[in-house]
Amino acid sequence: MTKWEPSATIATLKQRAQIVAQVRAFFETRGVWEVDTPTLSAAGVSDVHLHTFATTFYGPGFAHGLPMHLQTSPEYPMKRLISAGSGAIYQICKVFRNEEASRRHNPEFTMLEWYRPGFDAFALMKELDELVIELLECKPAEYVSYQRAFSSILGVCPLDAELSVLRTIACERGYREIAEHEQDRDTLLQLLFCMEVEPNIGQERPCFVYDFPASQAALARVNLDDPRVASRFELYYQNLELANGFHELTDAKEQRARFEQDNKTRQTLGLPTVDVDERFLAALSAGMPDCAGVAVGLDRVIMLALNKASIQDVLSFDISRA
Amino acid sequence: MANYSTNEFKGGLKIMIDGEPCSILENEMVKPGKGQAFNRVKIRKLISGKVLEKTFKSGDTVEGADVMDMDLAYLYTDGEFWHFMNNDTFEQIAADAKAMGDNVKWLVENNVCTITLWNGNPIAVTPPNFVELEITETDPGLKGDTAGTGGKPATLTTGAVVRVPLFVQIGEVIKVDTRSGEYVSRVSK
Repeated sequence: MTKWEPSATIATLKQRAQIVAQVRAFFETRGVWEVDTPTLSAAGVSDVHLHTFATTFYGPGFAHGLPMHLQTSPEYPMKRLISAGSGAIYQICKVFRNEEASRRHNPEFTMLEWYRPGFDAFALMKELDELVIELLECKPAEYVSYQRAFSSILGVCPLDAELSVLRTIACERGYREIAEHEQDRDTLLQLLFCMEVEPNIGQERPCFVYDFPASQAALARVNLDDPRVASRFELYYQNLELANGFHELTDAKEQRARFEQDNKTRQTLGLPTVDVDERFLAALSAGMPDCAGVAVGLDRVIMLALNKASIQDVLSFDISRA
Repeated sequence: MANYSTNEFKGGLKIMIDGEPCSILENEMVKPGKGQAFNRVKIRKLISGKVLEKTFKSGDTVEGADVMDMDLAYLYTDGEFWHFMNNDTFEQIAADAKAMGDNVKWLVENNVCTITLWNGNPIAVTPPNFVELEITETDPGLKGDTAGTGGKPATLTTGAVVRVPLFVQIGEVIKVDTRSGEYVSRVSK
């Protein structure tokens, strides 16, 4: 029998629609306006751990085809709008990440992303906390630095510990298969954080983890007072990673250097390199206002709001039924 | 033997871990929004029967285990080995005490068991889910007590001991669930 029915029940999908309406009302009252940027992008994403879906546009002017990528997040075009003077904006859109499917992942999912000129990471965390309290009717979030979250559970400083120390800890905690030969410090940090720290934080109330290691800055600015960390934060609640945010890097030169570093890493890993997004870099060069931005996995927030165990329970049609 | 990447992991896949053939019970991808993806798998070691968790970097490969299951009928034991036969080809295979483990107590002649072979050698024997065995020993029980509450122990022809209701008597044949070791019902002869 062909499975034609939705993954989620109709009742759940109606509740989902109400939550999305609540999100829109939240931003409406705060004067943050909704934008709509393209899903297809000529440029890809250099992040070593993101796998994009690629396609090709054929048509007038492009008889031989224009390679396009489905966005993994609307970050670059939204920052171009900020640079063009949009002011505070938000977007609710589909994003696409190949090779990701689990109880918590669907290869296409709904992202809520917003940018706040003039905000720093803490101002934006506070606003996200207010949204989450409204949607989940939970207690206010707690705040802990990455360093403290990591060291309180694993007993070493994630910023200073030698590779060999991290390896030993990972072996002791049952990850010999990975840890024995791992040469990359960040892989070990991510392994230990995912498997050992995350299950022990954000259970009673949401938990913001801020000041990630500078080596995992992504698109966050590095902290001037402590260059070991970057102004990047994540929100965790009940074993789900809900959001990732930055006090945004606005320096075009440094942004280009990070893209180039990603491509170097890609080469050593045998992954294809990615052409840097020149339009995005040009927008940064033109001058992007100081701002903070955050991306929220909306499906996961809906899972928590409706007490559903898997993402498939809140999607109309998951990848196996798409 | 072929290697399997983490994307091929699924329940039932047989892989080598710590030099021992294992069967994957559960596989879960764990992936932070920014950073390395991992696969956390729950596996059963097929020789020791131990269940444990292992974590791999997504994209890594693991050596497959040459493991196959065969349905064979139990013939007899010579004390050292237990002999099974393929009812179609009449080919015979002998399993040792280690492969038999506790399941020796559920062996009934001519019953078809699942023999797990690793590199051609038996490493585990799984009896049918239900077997019928005669009671050789149990307390006579009190007259008139038909339902009972706690039941009583009964020894079966193979030496297995199961809890049975008070009304079940010596000489009767009962049906037992070999997975739980629990009494199911009496069997009328």
